[in-house]
Amino acid sequence: MKIHINGSISEFKVEKITPEELIIKLNLTGKRFAIERNGEIIPKKDFDGIYINDGDNIEIIGAVGGG
Amino acid sequence: MDKILEKNDDLIIAGRSFQSRLLIGTGKYNNFKETRAAIDESQSQIVTVAIRRINLGQSPDKPSLLEFLPQNEFTYLPNTAGCFTGDEAIRTLRLARELLDGHNLVKLEVLGDPDTLYPNVVETINAAKILIKDGFDVMVYTSDDPIIASQLEDIGCCAIMPLASLIGSGMGILNPWNLEIIIDKANVPVIVDAGVGTASDASIAMELGCDGVLMNTAIALADNPILMASAMKKAIESGREAFIAGRMDKKLYKASPSSPVKGLIK
Repeated sequence: MKIHINGSISEFKVEKITPEELIIKLNLTGKRFAIERNGEIIPKKDFDGIYINDGDNIEIIGAVGGG
Repeated sequence: MDKILEKNDDLIIAGRSFQSRLLIGTGKYNNFKETRAAIDESQSQIVTVAIRRINLGQSPDKPSLLEFLPQNEFTYLPNTAGCFTGDEAIRTLRLARELLDGHNLVKLEVLGDPDTLYPNVVETINAAKILIKDGFDVMVYTSDDPIIASQLEDIGCCAIMPLASLIGSGMGILNPWNLEIIIDKANVPVIVDAGVGTASDASIAMELGCDGVLMNTAIALADNPILMASAMKKAIESGREAFIAGRMDKKLYKASPSSPVKGLIK
């Protein structure tokens, strides 16, 4: 499946993936971030309970320096 | 200062109490170590952070800003810098709330022009209404228009943050009279946000009666950011003390000698 992550296309050799699995693949375990799927926030409690599917638009955000 | 004032002079924002009236932005520093050192020197308790896409190519071991500024030591103020519509700002702050485990104190800014970064107050008001209804405590960046400031307070914003001059310009306080009108009418904290260039600007803002000052570039782009952070801390404190002390009246046409006029040697 192909999904958009932060504006770039990523390809995975599976049909669907949970947010938790995606985080592991992206080496983000232990980091602070929030995830949005197709414009909707995925609450942390749902990271293991829903699937990201082919064509989904994913945003993964964090905090950076700013005024 | 407490001893002189003989009372608590905390800054209260949405029920939260702060001893420092200096709020610091975390952008434009050379590195996180410098950011942290400047903030420590300033003794600020509220730090703004921006919300951006995570850099997925980044080494997983590379520390993040939040690790340098832990949430148990500072009050984060996630902002919406870079947002040009109310919808973008709302989306950003909802993500920030999720990111920061439900933290709901935020800085709303909706920009109207990429050159001046002047706020779009119509979009700002509309976004503020939605955010407040959604449970956010909204500190709002705005122009120095007293009517808009009043409207933002009426909506329920917990702090009004008018610009002193354009963001990052270092031009200082260009319209102290407008700020005074805003301060006189406001029942929530008024915090100058943007435009401070050096310590005297911060002092003037506090002498006018502002409840605090938020700054970033003035410290981050000083030749010595740590020393400027120290200067800003003192400027905020001295300006606050001068405001509370109450300045003498100005006498435009008549001098008043400081020494006795009697007993002159003749």
